[in-house]
Amino acid sequence: MYKAFLIKYGEIGIKGKNRHLFEDALVHQIKYALKPVEGEFLITKEQGRIYIEALGEYDYDEAMERLQCVFGIVGICPVVLKEEQGLEQLAEDVIEYLKQRYPQPNMTFKVDTRRAKKSYPMTSMEVSAALGGRILEAFPEMKVDVHHPELMIHVEIRKKINIYSEIIPGPGGMPVGTNGKGMLLLSGGIDSPVAGYMIAKRGVKIDAVYFHAPPYTSERARQKVVDLARIVAKYSGPIYLKVVNFTDIQMYIYEKCPHEELTIIMRRYMMRIAEHFAVETNSLGLITGESIGQVASQTMQSLAATNEVCELPVYRPLIGFDKQEIIAVSEKIGTYETSILPYEDCCTIFVAKHPVTKPNLKVIRRSETHLEEKIGELVKTAIETAETIIVDALS
Amino acid sequence: MEAYFDNAATTRCSNGAKEVMMQVLSVDYGNPSSLHRKGMEGENYIREARKNICKTLKAGENELIFTSGGTEANNLAIIGAAMANRRQGMHLITTKIEHPAVAAPMRYLEEQGFSVTWLDVDSDGLISLEQLRDAVKEETILASVMYVNNEIGAVEPVAEAAKIIKEKNPLALFHVDAIQAYGKYVIHPGKLGIDLMSVSGHKIHGPKGSGFLYAKEKTRLKPVIYGGGQQRGIRSGTENVPGIAGMGQAAKEAYEEFGKKQEHLFQLKDAFLSGIADVEWAKINGRTGRDSAPHIISLSVEGVRSEVLLHALEDKQIYVSAGSACASNKPAKSSTLQAIGVKKDLLESTVRISFSPENTLEEVNYCLDILKELTPRLRKFTRH
Repeated sequence: MYKAFLIKYGEIGIKGKNRHLFEDALVHQIKYALKPVEGEFLITKEQGRIYIEALGEYDYDEAMERLQCVFGIVGICPVVLKEEQGLEQLAEDVIEYLKQRYPQPNMTFKVDTRRAKKSYPMTSMEVSAALGGRILEAFPEMKVDVHHPELMIHVEIRKKINIYSEIIPGPGGMPVGTNGKGMLLLSGGIDSPVAGYMIAKRGVKIDAVYFHAPPYTSERARQKVVDLARIVAKYSGPIYLKVVNFTDIQMYIYEKCPHEELTIIMRRYMMRIAEHFAVETNSLGLITGESIGQVASQTMQSLAATNEVCELPVYRPLIGFDKQEIIAVSEKIGTYETSILPYEDCCTIFVAKHPVTKPNLKVIRRSETHLEEKIGELVKTAIETAETIIVDALS
Repeated sequence: MEAYFDNAATTRCSNGAKEVMMQVLSVDYGNPSSLHRKGMEGENYIREARKNICKTLKAGENELIFTSGGTEANNLAIIGAAMANRRQGMHLITTKIEHPAVAAPMRYLEEQGFSVTWLDVDSDGLISLEQLRDAVKEETILASVMYVNNEIGAVEPVAEAAKIIKEKNPLALFHVDAIQAYGKYVIHPGKLGIDLMSVSGHKIHGPKGSGFLYAKEKTRLKPVIYGGGQQRGIRSGTENVPGIAGMGQAAKEAYEEFGKKQEHLFQLKDAFLSGIADVEWAKINGRTGRDSAPHIISLSVEGVRSEVLLHALEDKQIYVSAGSACASNKPAKSSTLQAIGVKKDLLESTVRISFSPENTLEEVNYCLDILKELTPRLRKFTRH
């Protein structure tokens, strides 16, 4: 029934001179999102909105699902297209549309008409009034309310007649690619994919780095991280995922440093390596899924200890979230089921029984001096042997 | 070198089985229930498989029910027998070390109002015949005891158990889960006093998705799957002809030169056990002599978590199984290992090594070398 979509966007509409950049990015993202959907689409920008017309048969549900993943979209209006054949036919078309869309039309309504085609013989007001009258005749239970209608029936007269009344919410945010790039530290857990999603939502392109520790972590754990990245990529677009073999570094720290400091020191090296890749690939910051106090390595003292090794800003979008709130987002975006699969990640494998919760920076720095002999070489090897996987939701 | 030592999980499909399956899949693909010649051809494969399997069991040809595998055979035996005989009594007996494919149907029946006696085992994983004798009552309708335990290779005294059960209650049925035993032992259920016996095809170099239940003539079973009435209504559904044909071929092959194969398995096991004695921190669970299964070894390495050892071995192309599936957020400890009293810290440090006649002594020696090299290194990084 629907042959087109009107895309509404909020925030990017007010961006002044940069507006066209944001609109172009949004069009680009929509094209990308619709690429795997069967059917062909014509996407055009016009007057503060984007218009998608289906050229022939297509899968409506799939198209809608994909559009709901495009950041920057505030609302999606499925549109019915009709030939322009005079007011009489137009009224019948609108009534037909209402019948199909609303099985029991009994709400208050208002007709809002716009004429892009100024050659049309009636003004917009006249058309609205005429259609309103016809609707009241056809559906005696409906009432007009021009101030707070339950149903706003939009009629736009263009080359074809556009009829729509429904706005399906999009994810909001800003189109990916309008705000630079960030490097996400992705583990197999619940938090980091959500963190990546939230930063991508602000228009940031995402790359990711994953640390694995074979044989302490399995191939399946690695696959799980790739799967999580693929779900995030549904929203963020393709993700370049670096897979770093962390085993030797981890074992070396284990050998040389006090075990209760293991996690902190390990995370400091993860940050250093992540920052290296971030700089190398022009990312402007690191992204983590940390939230204050969630575990020993996420107390404010611990965060300060891991933070100090980086020069790039570290973005922690979940910092004030409770676990339940994080889980709610992960369920919404579809990463939760994958995140809870039971494979070890390298953070849990060597955990001490009583890790430090208030690490003293001086102590940590001193412990790290025990690593001086070999750590540089090990980090270099880890960086050189890292594998890059291009994770694309479409593949 | 590659060493696949996870044959109790599954085996490579034999070439003979593969060949016959290819033929069924692409040439003789008829539905055995069809009346035309193509259907007849399909039926012939089933007949052939039935003949081959029955020969290995010394069973009558009407005593086999083909299933989708071992799990279905166990379900059909236990639920089917319990439901068909519930008027006679509501009491069942089984052991604490059964595979979930037996234990879970038993628990389901408990929910349905049956009562179940769960027999203890000793530190070798063996049931006590005395306890069994005490457990059998007038209202007992079914006892189920596994032949070979899948985790530690314990061989239960099924012949003696059968005698005791029948002595105390001739009407009680005796089911044996022989999924890890068939192909490793010569088993004639009729002679042993077994009424029902489950077998899986893919443990004996047949295809996955194949299995059968031996059901002694006139054993009353209620179906668990209903439909078109195939296999005398006990197991509806178009027969999995390629699977059955492949399994029939694999069964035939398993018992060709049987003595030689069994001896080969014992030699592999003996070589492994004598080699592992040199590895400090290694401990074998269950019995080690010829009174335990020829192909299963349960190995605990103190201070090395099973998953870690498994992945370290995997890195050297050695494939074993984690004795108990455990992960940080899903600690599922093995009930067998718990039942035989394995210490808590070893529960998470146990792997299973399981052989097939295809394995070689070189592979065993290679694995031993690797274990000797890895163990001290892995032990350094234990969780504190």
